[in-house]
Amino acid sequence: MRIVDPHIHMTSRTTDDYERMHAAGVRVVVEPSFWLGQPRTSVGTFCDYFDSILGWEPFRAQQFGIAHFATIGLNPKEANDPRCREVLTELPRYLEKDRVVAVGELGYDSMTREEDEVFAHQLALAVEHGLPALVHTPHRDKLAGTRRTLDVVRESGLAPGRVLVDHLNEVTVGEVAGSGCWMGFSIYPDTKMDPHRMVAVLREYGLERMVVNSAADWGRSDPLLTLRTAEAMLEGGFTEDDVDRVLWRNPVEFYGQSERLDLDGVLEAGEPVAATSGATFEGNSVLRGSRDA
Amino acid sequence: MTWTDDARRSVAADGESVLALFPAAARHARTEGLDGERVRADLLVAIPGPVDEVARLVTLVYQRGDNVEKLAVLRALPDLDHSTGRRPPVGGALVDLLRDALRTNDTRLVGAALGRYGADHLEAPTWRQGVVKALFTGVPLDEVEELSTRSDATLRRMVADLVAERRAAGRDVPDDAWRVVDADAAEATVPGRAS
Repeated sequence: MRIVDPHIHMTSRTTDDYERMHAAGVRVVVEPSFWLGQPRTSVGTFCDYFDSILGWEPFRAQQFGIAHFATIGLNPKEANDPRCREVLTELPRYLEKDRVVAVGELGYDSMTREEDEVFAHQLALAVEHGLPALVHTPHRDKLAGTRRTLDVVRESGLAPGRVLVDHLNEVTVGEVAGSGCWMGFSIYPDTKMDPHRMVAVLREYGLERMVVNSAADWGRSDPLLTLRTAEAMLEGGFTEDDVDRVLWRNPVEFYGQSERLDLDGVLEAGEPVAATSGATFEGNSVLRGSRDA
Repeated sequence: MTWTDDARRSVAADGESVLALFPAAARHARTEGLDGERVRADLLVAIPGPVDEVARLVTLVYQRGDNVEKLAVLRALPDLDHSTGRRPPVGGALVDLLRDALRTNDTRLVGAALGRYGADHLEAPTWRQGVVKALFTGVPLDEVEELSTRSDATLRRMVADLVAERRAAGRDVPDDAWRVVDADAAEATVPGRAS
């Protein structure tokens, strides 16, 4: 089985997770920039964070045979903090990086006027830099927030097929299904979605434009819930091809729209490269992988 | 005109434009069937002007770069150390980039910092620490330029100590250590070893 985790915050995870994820078939991860749990107080710390998810973290992932990409953006929570907002002027240079496959994660937290402005501004940046956008839906007032999100997307000029609306559930999926946007589901141990509820959603809404992620971060979460969802799909009567579509082909198609999702070295003849369990750390493959040729 | 030709001309006309062009250069190069790292090096070499100005721009490209961009900058440093009609050799003006690279734990950057430019410009204490770090992190010493000519008694002592520490711990000694120290001499330095 081959798996893309299209939304996971690897800077918060250990090397044990990388090993377990590789063993489970995960070969590609996308790390959206987001809130760190502790509020930032300056633009400089934002840049250090962006540099980290574009620098050290891809290198770390590579040791475990996993290709790491990122999405870059100002998250809605910190869009409300004037000390952080200035990072908007730094974004254009980050949005040109090879490993940036979308703008994000964007969207609403408390649905303030500041969040409106920053959200619309960054959707315009997505258009300008030829990138798709990863948009999360708010934790609170979720249904109204999802509707408002889709309104802003509609006004942005960014094609709905280039927008992934994430953290959906049974209540919000129907709103997005008709919009043409991609639908993302974060499978959590006890909130958001679980594998069996996810299978029910797939049965009702089909597999088109559907992606599943673990959204694992510094909170209670599990990077293997992508695999658990795949297993639940198989138990629920879906085929291996269905699983491959949701866990691999769909996220590859979505982020592939950036034309920067370079999967060289991740697959051989369409199959995941054999497990290395970190053995590349002292070997040449790390250095080989760094060359462009 | 191709994207890469256009980019080279832009940088030759206005060095500052390298800041915007460098990050996207490798993927444009690949679509033209060119090597991304080579095109990135060409952009840096095209920056015109006095050493201070070239060094300022190359430093900014490095500081703003992701690790693959940083690697391309480090590997281009020997090219920048030759004069072109439009600028003099940079000399040691960019040696701070090597110090930065040697502080990272990215083995690609560590290896690149010990290439030709490092061999020519790094002061001995930093160069020695770099070589030992390469051994520590598994960077092949093949990447270290002038290894035999720059090795000195201090480096041999440091590597012998590394060998002793690894043996005391029952761990493997990196094969490349023997390129710096004599196996027999290292035997003698193992502490507490029953003879």
